Amino acid sequence: MNVFTQLLQFLFSGLTTGSIYALIAIGFSIIQNATGIVNFAQGEFVMLGGMFMITFFGFLKLPMVLAFFLTVASVALVGCLLERGPIRHSRSKEVLILVMITIGASIFMKGLSMMVWGKDTLTLPSFSGDTPTIIFGAAVMPQSLWIFGITIVIVVALHLFFKRSLLGKALRAVAANRKTAMLAGIPVHRMVLFSFGLSGALGAVGGILITPITTTSFNVGLILGLKGFSAAILGGYGSMPGAIVGGLLLGVLESFSAGLISSQFKNAVAFLVLLLVLFFKPSGLFGTKHLRRV
Amino acid sequence: MNRQNKIYLCAFTIIVLLIPTLVSSNYYLMVLNIAALNIIVVVGLNLFVGYAGQISLGHAAFYGMGAYISAILTTTIGLPAWPTIILAMVITGLVAYVIGIPTLKLEGHYLVMATLGFSIIINILMVQLDGLTGGPSGFPGISHLGIGPIVFATDFTFYYLVWPICVGILILSFNLIRSRIGRAMAALSSNEIAAGCAGIDTDALKIQIFVLSAVLGSLAGSLYAHYVTFISPETFSFFYSIQVITMVIIGGMGSIWGSVFGALLLTILPQILHVVEAYSVLTYGGILMVVLVFFPQGLFPGLVEAYRKRRPAAMPLSVKEVRQG
Repeated sequence: MNVFTQLLQFLFSGLTTGSIYALIAIGFSIIQNATGIVNFAQGEFVMLGGMFMITFFGFLKLPMVLAFFLTVASVALVGCLLERGPIRHSRSKEVLILVMITIGASIFMKGLSMMVWGKDTLTLPSFSGDTPTIIFGAAVMPQSLWIFGITIVIVVALHLFFKRSLLGKALRAVAANRKTAMLAGIPVHRMVLFSFGLSGALGAVGGILITPITTTSFNVGLILGLKGFSAAILGGYGSMPGAIVGGLLLGVLESFSAGLISSQFKNAVAFLVLLLVLFFKPSGLFGTKHLRRV
Repeated sequence: MNRQNKIYLCAFTIIVLLIPTLVSSNYYLMVLNIAALNIIVVVGLNLFVGYAGQISLGHAAFYGMGAYISAILTTTIGLPAWPTIILAMVITGLVAYVIGIPTLKLEGHYLVMATLGFSIIINILMVQLDGLTGGPSGFPGISHLGIGPIVFATDFTFYYLVWPICVGILILSFNLIRSRIGRAMAALSSNEIAAGCAGIDTDALKIQIFVLSAVLGSLAGSLYAHYVTFISPETFSFFYSIQVITMVIIGGMGSIWGSVFGALLLTILPQILHVVEAYSVLTYGGILMVVLVFFPQGLFPGLVEAYRKRRPAAMPLSVKEVRQG
């Protein structure tokens, strides 16, 4: 294998995980835009996606497509429950408290998953076999193609949703200005609920897609969530194109550093990127938002 | 320090000093020693959460840095223990300063993620740099602390080292809150913009509190290393950060006695109730969520308030209560 194919190989594997980071980063952005809080439980949605899919597809032997949609619906429901329960009933509406509630919720979900699914590493079969396609000498697994395809479909669908549909426009109105949106007759509470459900669904898709490649266990949520967050920061927090570019870039950076430098520190790369971006360009690549407090 | 706190603190100190004469089991003394270390970390963290209005999920890293710096410099290089503890505090403080500068100025909760990311990097380093840290299997053979001929090797003797330090930290914290800096901190916590207008450099103040809380974490970590004499990366994982933040929340943000209560409760409770121990992740998550939803000011202040309401004659009414009739 020459250097070019090797680099290409790293690129493909980076884009594969990068797509998942992008999905997580979009989930962060949606809740950030609707509520202004960092939803710490975003990574747990990804973990739950993998776990529910394993339950529906692996244990209950449902058809794959049905299991896929059931999983997405279940995790979206978990997202809604998080909003309907602790977030909605919080006595304090301070951002600090709400963020900490999502931290509590994320630990709680992790503990619950450990009881339900145990401590073992679980996995799913790939969607369509494990025979790689050779592109310019680099092997691409069919699962990677699925990940690229589904991520592209989701991004296009979300773009159309936010630009064309009334619901999407209402969500953008809430993001732009909560009070004005309320005055314009938009049911802000329902929009916030919807944004939690949507983030849950996106996380679930990420979890279902990545589990055949990386396997899953009750404690993968934290790292995945944090990487998705790093991706969102890298692209510019709250920006949709930023989330996608940030996710892909982070995945590629990680894959190259693991391949060329050392795989021991692969996990550290994402957080190093996070710290460096916060140091030198906190608005990220695409962020135009003024981040300075008052 | 006001009179009330002085009385409480005297009573607290007397109780603390008497406990080892009543408790004969080394196991309980060990639990109390760990509780004292937790109090040091939690009080520091609470000054930061309660007054700077920010969350740190990186205190496991500061605690771990203290432990590992002490362990490596004293055991591998052979430096004397006490100066190394100070050195570890300085290094940890500098690191916290460097992390704090960019993140504390930003809107939103970047610091949560930055501190969490930092603590994960630290944990990866502890595991991967096994030549230096002993890797996942840990770092054994750390010496006990000593002053002159006294060596704090047993649970009993270490008790009389760690608790006076802990009480010292409490005195320091109470005095800090009553000082000029403390009043600036109170102004910052109630309204940042107004505090800025009153001439307080709010950014610098937040960084100072963050550094102080990191330094206290480091101190506790060093003491832990010299007490247990064996450290491993697991102790300093993300879950420790969650534990100390839960102790802060239970005790109430900005309440020092609350922190003492929170740290004692959550250190001792798992030893008594084994259900709590077995499902610790679930319990901590549940406690964090429920307490924050229903008592955002903390469980301890919530209980104190409920008690005061029940006995209105015993305590003078606050202005707000008088107005409410």
